[in-house]
Amino acid sequence: MTTAPLVLRFADVGRDDVAVAGGKGASLGELKRAGIRVPDGLVVTTEAFRTAVAALDPGQRVTALDPADGDAVAAACAGLRATVEAAPLPPGVVEAVTAGYARLAGECGQADLPVAVRSSATSEDSAEASFAGLQDTYLWVRGADSVLEHVRRCWASLYSVESVSYRLRRGIPETDLAMAVVVQEMVGARSSGVMFTRSPLTGDRSVVAIDASWGLGSAVVSGDVTPDTFVVSKVTGEISRRTVATKLRWHQPDPRGSGVVESDVPANLRDVPSVSDEEIAELVAIARRVEAHYGCPQDIEWAVSRTAPPGETILLLQSRPETVWAEQDAAAAGRTGAAPAARAYDHVFDLLGGKRPSEG
Amino acid sequence: MSQVPGERSFPLPSQLAPVPGAEGWEEMYPYFSRFQPEDDQRFWFYNSMHFPEVVPAFDGLTSEIPYTAIGANTARLFSFPTTLGIEYRIVHGRVYITANPVTDPAQVEQRLAHFQERAGHYYANWDRLYGEWQQRIEALIADIESVEVPRLGELDDLEVVTGARGYASNHLLREEFHRCIDLYSKMWHHHTEFLMLGYGAYVVFFEFCKRAFPEIGDQTVARMVAGIDVTMYRPDDELKKLAALAVELDLADLFVEGSDPGKVLSGLAGRGDAGHRWLAALEAAKDPWFNVSVGDGFYHHHLSWADDLTVPFAALPRYVEQVAAGRSLTRPTERLAEERERIAVEYRALLGSEDERGAFDQMLGLCRQVFPYIESHKFYCEHWFTTRFFQKVRGFGRLLAERGVLADADDVFHLRHVEVEDALADVQLAWASGGQELGARHWQPIVARRKQVLEALAGWSPPPALGPAPESLNDPAVQMLWGVTDETIETWLGAQELDEDTVRGYAASPGVVEGTARVLMNVNDIGQIREGEVLVCPVTAPSWGPVFGTIAAAVSDIGGTMSHAAIVAREYGMPAVVGTGQATARIRTGDRVRVDGDRGIVTVLR
Repeated sequence: MTTAPLVLRFADVGRDDVAVAGGKGASLGELKRAGIRVPDGLVVTTEAFRTAVAALDPGQRVTALDPADGDAVAAACAGLRATVEAAPLPPGVVEAVTAGYARLAGECGQADLPVAVRSSATSEDSAEASFAGLQDTYLWVRGADSVLEHVRRCWASLYSVESVSYRLRRGIPETDLAMAVVVQEMVGARSSGVMFTRSPLTGDRSVVAIDASWGLGSAVVSGDVTPDTFVVSKVTGEISRRTVATKLRWHQPDPRGSGVVESDVPANLRDVPSVSDEEIAELVAIARRVEAHYGCPQDIEWAVSRTAPPGETILLLQSRPETVWAEQDAAAAGRTGAAPAARAYDHVFDLLGGKRPSEG
Repeated sequence: MSQVPGERSFPLPSQLAPVPGAEGWEEMYPYFSRFQPEDDQRFWFYNSMHFPEVVPAFDGLTSEIPYTAIGANTARLFSFPTTLGIEYRIVHGRVYITANPVTDPAQVEQRLAHFQERAGHYYANWDRLYGEWQQRIEALIADIESVEVPRLGELDDLEVVTGARGYASNHLLREEFHRCIDLYSKMWHHHTEFLMLGYGAYVVFFEFCKRAFPEIGDQTVARMVAGIDVTMYRPDDELKKLAALAVELDLADLFVEGSDPGKVLSGLAGRGDAGHRWLAALEAAKDPWFNVSVGDGFYHHHLSWADDLTVPFAALPRYVEQVAAGRSLTRPTERLAEERERIAVEYRALLGSEDERGAFDQMLGLCRQVFPYIESHKFYCEHWFTTRFFQKVRGFGRLLAERGVLADADDVFHLRHVEVEDALADVQLAWASGGQELGARHWQPIVARRKQVLEALAGWSPPPALGPAPESLNDPAVQMLWGVTDETIETWLGAQELDEDTVRGYAASPGVVEGTARVLMNVNDIGQIREGEVLVCPVTAPSWGPVFGTIAAAVSDIGGTMSHAAIVAREYGMPAVVGTGQATARIRTGDRVRVDGDRGIVTVLR
């Protein structure tokens, strides 16, 4: 058995490292390699998970459960989570995470650097990823001890009732279980959001669809705010749809130093677009680079930094392949079903001949 | 389109209240242009794009003749499968239209067979036929230019007798006037000859792009198709050349903002050889390039640059200043062509299959083949020919004024064309008999009255549509013919729900800017425009070209995404909202406005 590192820097991972760094970690490393601006960070690898969690052998208790017995599952999960969160960590893991955090903090010039701690699942199964992953983003975490605590919470999320029940029902073996955790410099976001490199509504691949709102992106992802939406042509940069929403709530770093608070958006910002046309253009340019790099449509989280120097304000927090339309693409050979005609003007006869293309 | 008035209805024609002070307006227009009781059952919409103003009596011809031509083209010549022609009605001086769709599948099938044969002939031989069209239209222009208003002297010219012509010049009064009308009719037939087929090709490509790229903007499709060396840009280009020449000949000091053209011309005449060279260049440029109307050729009072030099001379000082400052005014045609190609290539690459790419190539290729006609015919038809046409009619008006029938030459435009014939007959008879024309007593009170009626009608706000709203307008040929879609009708139905600081129109050129509005009702005032202002105007035509180098955005009452303002705004990369119907009424000079060219919305920021 080889010993993989317990902690890796973003710069050290790429898209082939999902098994070690999880999907999120591998993707962030890959973006960095591709020259895309992402907040720097480190990955607490699946090796660390195995060293720290697998040693507690929670799998054995899970395997013994009957998925139909809800009470038993709930009780077991509560116990398992408490164990994972509270059991003493192996000194090697503590050392590696503490050193990694210190190094990152040192490079960013702030000893108690605020970071986001996010689970990074290795599974390709998006449903499982959504149980185990989505809820586990801890923002504005400061100090190595707090980072360690939140890393363990991410691990523990694998033993949530939903996650465990899912594995039991699907018969996913506990021995395959692994999770990496991403620790990433926090961006003081003036605005943030999500963008798709195709229209989520129509699947149109010629546009980038952007959702944007004030403050941290968690407000957009969680649905706490109706974001501004923009649909922009990749080819011309034209903003073909622009809906500036009334943005009532935002997420901001807790002024007490760590964590996030939700509050009302000041009245003077509510109806103002949360990104400028220049920023939209830059987002689109970045989206196109990322899509080209991966060779398929992407679903991207981004932020506009409050503090970064001009020209470097836009940062990506995550990018993953878009899946919904990808499946439909595979099924259809082109959206229109159009094909060359004997003569170019036969197309006119088809359209003006009273037979709509959708019917013909 | 026949329907029982339901909930989704616009006002019915029969319900329109009379306009105070405009009683008797009906006599200005032919009987067949009046709403009939059964017209309440049909959907009509106000053709504000072509007829933004009250139509004077003579100008009723500019709806009567185009609709005889366009319907003949679609219904009887090419046999468009799903549509016959357009019917029009005039109420309170405004033109409303409706289309006659063909809905019986058997009839559609029959018409399609003819359409394939007939339209197929034109498409298959497009370049040759278009080349011939070019010659025909130039011959028509030469014909209208050759119309002469006869000179009625004390005696007819000696040559009439010695040449044994055999008829006196009063005969020619009728013949030459008829020639004007007949040539105008023929011009409109040629105008529509290629137009609907051209639009057909465009609609095909447009529909395909919308299906392949549901989010694509209308303007983006237009940009892939747009021509580069378009005749429409020539008038403006000629002005730029004249500006460069003024600088080269050291005459720049004469071109200062706000100068009267007459003063500038006399100043030039006093500058010796250089001045004369410039004036000669002006004369050379004028014919034909100054035959651009300040409107779209549907009103006699939309004069051309050639008729009134105010517009070109208001634009020259700024061009002269730019040339003197070393700035190039030449349109970057190469860059535009490359950009057009890049956009098409990138969209093509985004298509999902080789088959789609093959279809895309065919449709775009056909569009680009037909587009030179669509973009250039306006200069020849609505501008050059029509300028000449109105000049000639004005010439007959001058004769009627000289003979005392009318008080003023332009009063001829307050008579219907058949009434003009009456007045001319009066002159023919009086000249022949040695008696006195009787028209002064008859026509002058009528003209005076009609001027009052026009003024009263100008204050009427025409509803965008009349009659029951159609369930859906999903036939592409009908949409194309009307220029109206379901979306437009929904917008009209919902228009009253918009707040008063918002004006909605067509998103004609992308981008969003805020700026100070400059409302110009007349192109003659373009000298008032300041750098960075938002132009708000009733309609823009090629003669507005010069202002686009200065403004930050353009808003018009009239026009669609293929209108002149839209095309030029896209080229200059500035936001534009056109076809708002009411921007000039709702926005005032000095207002701070936001022009959203992406969504077609103009907001007054108060």
